[in-house]
Amino acid sequence: MSDTTLDGPVLAADGTPLKRSLARALRRQKLRALMLIAPLLIFILVTFIMPVADMLFRSVENGIVEDTLPRTVVALADWDADSGELPSEAVFAAMAADLKDAAEAKTHTKVGSRLNYENPGISSLFRKTGRRAKKFDIEADGPWKEQLIDINDGWGEREVWRTIQTYSPTYTAGYYLNAVDMQVGTDGAEMRPEDERIYMLLLKRTLWMSLLITFSCILLGYPVAWILANLPMRQANLLMILVLLPFWTSLLVRTSAWKILLQQQGVINDILVWIGLVADDNRLVMINNQFGTIVAMTHILLPFMILPMYSVMQTIPPSYLRAAKSLGATDWTAFWRVYFPQTVPGIGAGSILVFILAIGYYITPALVGGTTGTFISNRIAFHISTSLNWGLAAALGAILLAVVLALYWAYDKIVGIDNVKLG
Amino acid sequence: MSGIPSYASTGQRVWYYTFRVICGVIFFFLIAPIVVVMPLSFNAQDFFTFTPEMLRLDPAGYSLKHYRDFFSSPDWQQALGNSVTIAPVATLLSVGFGTLAAIGLSQPHVPFRRAIMAILISPMIVPLIISAAGMYFFYSRLGLQGSYWGVVLAHAALGIPFVIITVTATLVGFDHSLTRAAANMGADPVTTFRRVQMPLILPGVISGALFAFITSFDEVVVVLFVGSASQKTLPWQMFLGLREQISPTILAVATILVVISIALLTTVELLRRRSEKLRGMSPQ
Amino acid sequence: MKLTKTLLATTALAATSGAALADGHMANELTLVSWGGAYQASQVKAYVEPYLAMNPGVTVVWDESSAEATAKMRAMNEAGNVTWDLVDAVASDAMRMCDEGLIEELDHDADLAAAPDGTSASDDFGDLLVSDCFVPQIVYSTTFGYRTDMVGDTPPTSICAIFDLDAYPGKRSLQKRPIDNMEWALYCDGVAKDEIYDVLGTDEGVDRALAKLGTIKDQVVWWTAGAETPQLLADGEVVFGSTFNGRLFSAIAEQGQPIGMLWDMQSFDLDGWVLPAGLPEDRKARAMDFLKFATDTQRLADQAAYISYGPARASSAPLVGKHAELGIDMAPHMPTDPANSGNVHVYDYEWWADNRDDLDAKFQAWLAK
Repeated sequence: MSDTTLDGPVLAADGTPLKRSLARALRRQKLRALMLIAPLLIFILVTFIMPVADMLFRSVENGIVEDTLPRTVVALADWDADSGELPSEAVFAAMAADLKDAAEAKTHTKVGSRLNYENPGISSLFRKTGRRAKKFDIEADGPWKEQLIDINDGWGEREVWRTIQTYSPTYTAGYYLNAVDMQVGTDGAEMRPEDERIYMLLLKRTLWMSLLITFSCILLGYPVAWILANLPMRQANLLMILVLLPFWTSLLVRTSAWKILLQQQGVINDILVWIGLVADDNRLVMINNQFGTIVAMTHILLPFMILPMYSVMQTIPPSYLRAAKSLGATDWTAFWRVYFPQTVPGIGAGSILVFILAIGYYITPALVGGTTGTFISNRIAFHISTSLNWGLAAALGAILLAVVLALYWAYDKIVGIDNVKLG
Repeated sequence: MSGIPSYASTGQRVWYYTFRVICGVIFFFLIAPIVVVMPLSFNAQDFFTFTPEMLRLDPAGYSLKHYRDFFSSPDWQQALGNSVTIAPVATLLSVGFGTLAAIGLSQPHVPFRRAIMAILISPMIVPLIISAAGMYFFYSRLGLQGSYWGVVLAHAALGIPFVIITVTATLVGFDHSLTRAAANMGADPVTTFRRVQMPLILPGVISGALFAFITSFDEVVVVLFVGSASQKTLPWQMFLGLREQISPTILAVATILVVISIALLTTVELLRRRSEKLRGMSPQ
Repeated sequence: MKLTKTLLATTALAATSGAALADGHMANELTLVSWGGAYQASQVKAYVEPYLAMNPGVTVVWDESSAEATAKMRAMNEAGNVTWDLVDAVASDAMRMCDEGLIEELDHDADLAAAPDGTSASDDFGDLLVSDCFVPQIVYSTTFGYRTDMVGDTPPTSICAIFDLDAYPGKRSLQKRPIDNMEWALYCDGVAKDEIYDVLGTDEGVDRALAKLGTIKDQVVWWTAGAETPQLLADGEVVFGSTFNGRLFSAIAEQGQPIGMLWDMQSFDLDGWVLPAGLPEDRKARAMDFLKFATDTQRLADQAAYISYGPARASSAPLVGKHAELGIDMAPHMPTDPANSGNVHVYDYEWWADNRDDLDAKFQAWLAK
């Protein structure tokens, strides 16, 4: 039946060879699929992917030093930071000229704050020198080594020059090093001092707590999804309203409500004291710690777990369980060996959803997390709106994104993203 | 599962009731915050606190002033107006683009399917604060920052993953011979879509739309960056209320929204029962 | 005499506004950025409403983005699309934006109204002109409030009561940042007030401050939004809490909460207007016209009738009257009142500008452990 046994190629009805005709049909099919996807793909690329890529690019971008201090960067290239000597007069003169230009363009403080991330104190060095720099006469004044050191003795420190030299290139790994608690030391990358290490701790905590939240969502969501899937439609739909209601209540309001419930003078403690379970002077601490974050976030994310589980459980015919039992299985065996395995895709879908959403949260942890219940996103938000260290924020974000993508990839491999159902 | 069979053992009975109680507790956990919010919204004081007067059920401890504040404050009214003009349009965009793409993705031969899927789902994956900052810079350059369409586009992007996920899920079980049969009988692709495919995937589209709507309606991080004062939405106004001056007006707003949504959900349920009856389907 | 001068000054002002309007070069929409809440309400009543009454046809749009002002200004500047006309910012943010060229340098004497007695604006504001780009409106302070019913018979008089868990058991709320907290810790650890920043500049000093804070770490609730401490105090969640003095005033005077003020070592700070750089001429002219009106002696004194922050002009202080609704005397509630400002902490903007990132990393690492 193969082609070779025939004299010529198999022809389709219109006379073209079948193979070509099929290939064309396939191509047309592919094209049609792509045409359907294209509008959204373009939409997402423009409204979302490009903005995010643009943001993440800031984590390596470091053109500011080169742009603001062009002469210094060139002159400093040959200096050996380990020689034990300060850079030459030529470097100082280049710096003076650069500073003069920068002060006129008001860019000297920007480069100062950039370098201050790496070496505290450089910001004020640039600011103070910049105030005088507008009046520099590069040709007449000098020698600049003495002049600059005279204005601020910071210019006589080799570490300052080393920092400028290290951060001269247009691209830097500095933000990423910082994001994993490292820094560029005298012999390459090294760990930061113990009392400044924070990001790896936060990352580990974020992952661990997101895992706990996911787990408690499974624990609480499973029975609810089960009862929803097995009750008669009318009752199930009424109970469904209870699941959907929290959705309609603002996240901010729900978080505030948990504050009111959990605090020491809060509703739950009041009730416990009233019953007599807890002494009035020994009220439970349930908020501003990890417990508070876990409770509030479990509550907020629970519907995202229940809905996919419910939609999977709905498709499991109850006859399977009955069949298992009629074959002699106990309730537990029937559930564990027959029913539970079929619900795994629902659990998987819910878990990945909850976990991914949990990992990026920051408003709830900020409001109820205290010091031990805050996430890495809180630091990202801090660097974006308060410290303005956008490079570091982008690096932290990129690392977080990489973790999530790895998880997403693993999930796609194990369960398949098509099996995610939201109800 | 309507009740326990008469042959159930004592252990089974005990478990049956224990399980019901456990579920009841979890349902209570789900609505506990709402139960707290509702009475507090009638607080006569400007704090989120159950005052002694309230606990004594003394009428002096209660007041409608936070509701009056909501209805009389131009800030809140503007925020409400913005929310109800932004969220539906964003939802419409997400659902329109998303459904088309989901249908495309469900075709048997799609090149780079995984990669495309990953890109389309990415707004859900990228931490919100990163998206917000990125959009802020990028939209500023396009002149979209601080405009109505800027916020709508941003919210539409955030809602798309939900639509994609729900609609592709309903399409996984979709029998493609149905569209072929329709085409066979002379229906053009648009008619096929409208009369055959759409009714079947409608549940997925609706739940995707619901998620997309909520995403926009309850979103505070991105709108804070991408919007400007004239796009202030309800969550934004609430966020200000929590940051600058605690005011139970927030709780009053939440209560109003909850009441509206209960009414909506109940109406939908009643309509569904009615149409079932009309179609002669017996309730299970 | 004084009245005539005030009157003269107001008429002069009205005249300038009118003249500028006739020019037709001023934009009719003004986007003001502020903090929202009671503070913004005081601005509306004290000078925005009067200004709009004088200039019919002008509309004001408020943007409550002051908390993110620096970040947004920087991004707007980068994108070349500045949508704000006048921004209310704290002094440290103003200095930072000024350094980066994001906001305009002003000629205070030429751009602002003189005091009614003829004192120039720069003399009237005096030391409070901490930056060339900044027009201060108010002096506020970060200080402590305490629950009067939770401190027994000995209400605290010294800030070091915060660190005294034996005499005042219970939780305290502190702002989640190193600024102020580190200084208070060192002060209560026995460092002289004028040596605080020298000590804090060394690694040992930082350790010492953190160690002192460590003695109460378990009992601290850290806040980030100004509204949190009044809520915590109202709930009885904390015995002490630091926050902005105006918030405490409103909890005490307007809400009748059992809260007392602990003014010792209050940390002074300034809040004022800045003008974004590179505005089109017509918008800039409108912003400058408003700025001149809104920061004159009478307007700043009027603002104090709505909120308990001290007016930044020396000449406004004698004009501070009674609360607009409660009718109580406002002067004793001002952070600048002599009875309250016996022992104050003046925070060093320059020092923090240099060391903030570094100390913040250490502070956050300490918090997380």
